[in-house]
Amino acid sequence: MTTIDKKTSASGATSATGAPLLEVRDLHVEFHTRDGVAKAINGVSYSVEAGETLAVLGESGSGKSVTAQAIMGILDMPPGRIPKGEILFHGEDMLTMSAEERRKIRGRRIAMIFQDALSALNPVLSVGYQLGEMYRVHLGLSRKEAKARAIELMDRVKIPAAAARVNDYPHQFSGGMRQRIMIAMAMALEPDLIIADEPTTALDVTVQAQVMDLLAELQREENMGLILITHDLGVVADVADKIAVMYAGRIVEQSPIHELYKRPAHPYTRGLLDSIPRLDQKGQELYAIKGLPPNLMKIPPGCAFNPRCPKARDICRTEVPALVPVTEQDGGELPGRGSACHFWKETIHG
Amino acid sequence: MGRYVIRRLLQAIPVLLGATILIYCLVFLLPGDPIQALAGEKKADPNITAILREQYHLNDPLYQRYWYYISGVLTGDFGTDFTGRPVAEIMSETFPVTLNLATIAFAVEAVIGIIAGVFSALGRGKFLDNVVLLSTLLLVSVPVFVLGNVLQLVLGVKWAIAPISYDSEDMTTLILPAVVLASASLAYITRLTRTSMMETMRADYVRTATAKGLSRSRVIVRHALRNAMIPIVTFLGVDLGALMGGAIITERIFNIPGIGGTLYQAVYLRQGTTVVSIVTVLVLVYIAANLIVDLLYAVLDPRIRYA
Repeated sequence: MTTIDKKTSASGATSATGAPLLEVRDLHVEFHTRDGVAKAINGVSYSVEAGETLAVLGESGSGKSVTAQAIMGILDMPPGRIPKGEILFHGEDMLTMSAEERRKIRGRRIAMIFQDALSALNPVLSVGYQLGEMYRVHLGLSRKEAKARAIELMDRVKIPAAAARVNDYPHQFSGGMRQRIMIAMAMALEPDLIIADEPTTALDVTVQAQVMDLLAELQREENMGLILITHDLGVVADVADKIAVMYAGRIVEQSPIHELYKRPAHPYTRGLLDSIPRLDQKGQELYAIKGLPPNLMKIPPGCAFNPRCPKARDICRTEVPALVPVTEQDGGELPGRGSACHFWKETIHG
Repeated sequence: MGRYVIRRLLQAIPVLLGATILIYCLVFLLPGDPIQALAGEKKADPNITAILREQYHLNDPLYQRYWYYISGVLTGDFGTDFTGRPVAEIMSETFPVTLNLATIAFAVEAVIGIIAGVFSALGRGKFLDNVVLLSTLLLVSVPVFVLGNVLQLVLGVKWAIAPISYDSEDMTTLILPAVVLASASLAYITRLTRTSMMETMRADYVRTATAKGLSRSRVIVRHALRNAMIPIVTFLGVDLGALMGGAIITERIFNIPGIGGTLYQAVYLRQGTTVVSIVTVLVLVYIAANLIVDLLYAVLDPRIRYA
């Protein structure tokens, strides 16, 4: 295993201020297009500590990837715009940093794993070059040193015959191996935080488990924060500590992972859980949430989920529900739980 | 790889044969008498005409004459034109001139075209992009003979900052003609680079490169441009052949003794052997350029492998 010069991360204000590793506060993102303004994120707040895994769950267009891109600073601006919000990394707002300061954080202290490794890796550069580039650019290593480091990295993510394959190109690897290379690239400089955007969606189910295990193992070893973006409830159950469910650019429910499965506090979460196929329902029709996610240019007034919600009442069509703490029926605290439903009480207890 | 090159070179043989047969027949099927053409306006002496006709096998059937010609070419003898001058000599005088012209034109269109295209793509919709779009549109629309004559008049005569014609002692006199020759392709390459670059900049791997914390220039040059080059190289390769054969107008304007003017003269005077020989060499240039492009693909894009 390698020891990496962590001068920059050691100087970070992790414990000094007591601030969480990453905290997103009331983030808004909109895209200005020819057809109008698409409000992709409408006030998202969440936080991740070192060694903690936050799963962000949602359908396509719910804003889970856009939030991640805003944290990474790789949003296309324009057309994207961040009218409001803060992204605090070790307590410092990254949105007010200069482009050069943010570039130094990218890859080195916050790294990202993308969904489809085949298109996310450069097809015309060898994997050794792409891995070694991290060391050459951030640490100023020579080509030769960088290649040696790249081989060590490939060993670390358990790619067989790493030394022989370091000069191969992405298309010469299998899907699972390619995703391991993506993970290796993110791990290269032992960042404080990794954002994995649907890291297993493009993989076979058996390979999915291997890749998730690898990611979880590396995270444990390095005590990194991990944001795991997914639309698959099955993937997150084993690895995540807490979960945030997103809908139309808002967090509709947040919870420690296991409590969510037992007692959802939002009708949308309940719908998602009910639409997981189960063996004891064999032969019955599979449940699906009716309707489609809203058009982000015309998000319905009130609760964005109201047109699809089986429990929607008048107030749901006029008032946007805030994310409020969820408690036991007797008022006992449920730490870490929150729901943005006017009727969370009947959803969780009824 | 080696086998691939050999196969491609073998494929060139029927292409060359076909091209020579076609051109040979076309030249000799043209109306008009090559021997009479030698005499110009005057009536040629019938005795001399008869001797010349015999000497150049003009009384033999076409297929036989083609055979004489091609068997000569295969032994390295390109024959003579109807004035008795060896075609090999004509070509060795004219080809280097055109090659120089085409090389400078090629460098102009490749370097300026790619740079302008990249900057245009990166500043999409901004001032520079609009300047590039407008000027390339202008370049494509103005015919070479207009552009050539206008530049010659303005830069050469009025402002006297550029030579008005070619001087074999001074290679810099080829720069202005080369710019004129390259103009249309330059515009095309600029636009091609712009489109290709804009597409590549949206690719996932470019986003990955940014997420790795690389500098913008590194993202653009190492990660985007390399991928964007693939269609550009295709065009450049094909265009190299076109530059060699398409210099006729430019060579006439700037009085350059290259193959363009020679070819034009030869067609005019029904100098069959000269025409066919020059065209054969041009076909060879095309074939070689295409082969180089195909080999360059494999260098630029490792997903392409030849066996």
